[in-house]
Amino acid sequence: MTHPDARQFQTSMVDGEHQSRPMPAIELVGIDKRFGPIHANRAIDLVIEKGTIHGIVGENGAGKSTLMSILYGFYQADRGKILVDGQEVAIASSQDAIRHGIGMVHQQFMLVETFTVLENIILGAEGDPLIGKAEKRARALLKRLAQDYNLKVDPDAVVSTLSVGEQQRVEILKALFRGAETLILDEPTAVLTPAEADHLFRILAQLRDEGKTVLLITHKLREIMAITDTVSVMRHGEMVVTWPTREASVERIAEAMVGRRVLLQVAKGPSLPGRALLSVDHLTVKDPRGVIVVDDASFEVRAGEIVGIAGVAGNGQSELIEAIAGIRAASTGRVSLHGKDISGEDPATLRDLGLAHLPEDRQKVGLVLPFDGYENVILGYQDDPTFSSGFLLNRKAIASMAKTLFAGYDVRPGNPGLRAALFSGGNQQKIVCAREIERDPSVLLVGQPTRGVDIGAIEFIHKRLIDLRDRGKAILLVSAELDEIRGLADRILVMCGGRIVGECLPDRPESDIGMMMAGIADLSGREATRFDR
Amino acid sequence: MSAPARELPWLVEFFLLPALNLAAAFLVAGLVVLAIGENPLSVGKIMLYGALGNAEGIGYTLYYATNFMFTGLSVAVAYHAGLFNIGPEGQATFAGIGVAIVCLAFDGAPWWLVAPFAVAASVIFGAAWAFIPAWLQARRGSHIVITTIMFNFLAATLIVYLLVNVMGKPGSMAVETKTLSDVTRLPLFSTFMKTYGINLGDAPLNGTFLLAILASIGVWLLIWHTRLGFEIRTVGTNPQAAAYAGIDPTRIVIIAMLISGGLSGLLAVNEVMSVQGRLVEDVAQGAGFVGIAVALMGRAHPIGIALAAFLFGVLYQGGAELSFDTPKITRDMIVVIQALVILFAGALGHMFRPGLERVFARRGS
Repeated sequence: MTHPDARQFQTSMVDGEHQSRPMPAIELVGIDKRFGPIHANRAIDLVIEKGTIHGIVGENGAGKSTLMSILYGFYQADRGKILVDGQEVAIASSQDAIRHGIGMVHQQFMLVETFTVLENIILGAEGDPLIGKAEKRARALLKRLAQDYNLKVDPDAVVSTLSVGEQQRVEILKALFRGAETLILDEPTAVLTPAEADHLFRILAQLRDEGKTVLLITHKLREIMAITDTVSVMRHGEMVVTWPTREASVERIAEAMVGRRVLLQVAKGPSLPGRALLSVDHLTVKDPRGVIVVDDASFEVRAGEIVGIAGVAGNGQSELIEAIAGIRAASTGRVSLHGKDISGEDPATLRDLGLAHLPEDRQKVGLVLPFDGYENVILGYQDDPTFSSGFLLNRKAIASMAKTLFAGYDVRPGNPGLRAALFSGGNQQKIVCAREIERDPSVLLVGQPTRGVDIGAIEFIHKRLIDLRDRGKAILLVSAELDEIRGLADRILVMCGGRIVGECLPDRPESDIGMMMAGIADLSGREATRFDR
Repeated sequence: MSAPARELPWLVEFFLLPALNLAAAFLVAGLVVLAIGENPLSVGKIMLYGALGNAEGIGYTLYYATNFMFTGLSVAVAYHAGLFNIGPEGQATFAGIGVAIVCLAFDGAPWWLVAPFAVAASVIFGAAWAFIPAWLQARRGSHIVITTIMFNFLAATLIVYLLVNVMGKPGSMAVETKTLSDVTRLPLFSTFMKTYGINLGDAPLNGTFLLAILASIGVWLLIWHTRLGFEIRTVGTNPQAAAYAGIDPTRIVIIAMLISGGLSGLLAVNEVMSVQGRLVEDVAQGAGFVGIAVALMGRAHPIGIALAAFLFGVLYQGGAELSFDTPKITRDMIVVIQALVILFAGALGHMFRPGLERVFARRGS
């Protein structure tokens, strides 16, 4: 962590002018794009030097994805030019982008899971009705790339058997096979363990050293500091600043992103835990195929404490939360709320008993996107008699609730009549938070509270969670962001392979927790007998 | 990290887009008419005049529209729960049996006494025929499209069996029950309208038309203003969010299908108790399938459904007039025109959307 920069930040400043350097790999001049009333990109100028790793950061909705989509041919700019190697080019499709040497590694991998690595790599680039030739070509290239860049993947492995990190490598290989000179990576570390992320960064550094250019879109500022050569910050569709990374700091970048000073860590007092409100006792959950996804989990969450569950995505955290929330059936074990057995109860009953749930996927689970704000603020509480008058819904009561929640959580635009789909990610999350937290539950289950949420809203949501804790409620928090867990939780449980492999305090070094997350070591000193009475 | 949602102005969404779809359907239909050597404009005139040019034509149009409203509402309610009910035809057929049982049992009693029981029977029988596919979908995951189609065939065979072996008119070869006595039949509007100087002629329009309007209002209230409607729409729009909200999808699927089947069943009141005055083999006469197109075209909203049902009423009545007036144009030709409307308004309903989005979304509505 670098220290806060004392200098006043000026939006007008644009350093990072690189004089007398070789021809830039990509140059964007005056790129402008509107979607109806939304001005997604405002006259953006950007120079990406050849052989560098260039980071682009910005809050959700700042326009970075739009900009990259224009560069990769998904959208066309309303105005502006794209220059590749100094030549103006027209990029009307992703094929055009590939032809000009621009490759993209998407956040959601675009792989056919049942195909082998080799088949995926040549997919769409076979170049011949018979695929034998392309396969031979790909195999040779893979061998060379594996040596040059340490990009080792078994070409004959079926993609679904690979780890997430390996699948990402396949995506990178796909782009390189198509002759990419510039690689765009969209939030590449969101799904990786810290170790896998390190491996990725080593690969990216090697690619740069070989003369390739890397464009890294991320919201993790520490990654920007760790690996990029240059960083550009976007805000409200504008490119506000470009700095050489060595001249930037996490605090300066965060400030440029939000346009004001932000607290990266919410201040909170020590927790004063009371009696256990939620107890989970030898809980085991199987998925529909019968695979054990939560393996004999036991723990307690006490009044006035936040317990964080750390772990790489997909290690049973989501299933654990869903089982406690009554959405997913547990095969064995017991969950109790205030000492009362609630195993097997449905979510509606659990809500009545004071167990609220902030689901990790707000768009698919926490909200009904085509419904308006009014309807979404009663989702899950539709049985509450205050929202009904006789047979009909009480529109007035619902409207006044929506108004209160929207105002209290500063949801923008402050119009509950709009469909949920039209709000930004941060504001959607505020709607769900308002609905669940303002019910004053005694236990709150929280999944990924700030995934895809902008920095300003993160600060707000964290404060609300800590408020709830300070009011003597119990919070169980799952997050893929280790920083978030360490910042919020009073106690951390680490999950790996469905099991709770360790417990520690948030001040434990990140590397220790990372080791536990990877299942390498149990450094917690957690006595096995502690909850297994 | 998602592309901004594309939203069309509501005028474009609900009027311009359907109007374009219809225009395309009529354009292609016009070309077909041209190909067989008739003038599309005069054909259009004959159809419009036949359907709306006089009181009798309007009476027929509204009679057809009544059936289409019931089946359209039926498909719409299921659609809001995420279910595609292809079975209104069978549900209406089975309801016909129920209405016939009640009416024959009370034959000779005045219609206003029988009507409440007939309506109840139509709803119960229609719902019952929808219940089995609904249960199979909710509990066993059998696809409702397949099961409701199959239940159409089952209803068609069952009614023939009953009419031939059980309920048929004694001593008759016709596959139908005996005709109800006039006092028991739901009276036509034509007798009543005559006192106001409006001559509806032979048009079979009757009180079930008002029932259809009541049903439309009821569906509107149910879907958008009740807790049950909220739950139905949540299950239909986002089943994961429904599970999260503690809504039991099994219960909702079954309830929605019961309501849907009951709405289809109401069609039988129109046919059995009034228009035909007896149970015949073909109760719904294809109105069950037209209802699917009506619901799609009407965007599963009662007002849209009423408009679409009216349009199809015009096509049916105008088409009947057309085949009288124009020898070259047979009944099959009418089916072609109706099919084109269904194709463009239903199946290809979103064909013009990308173009409209380009025009209207960029302008910043």
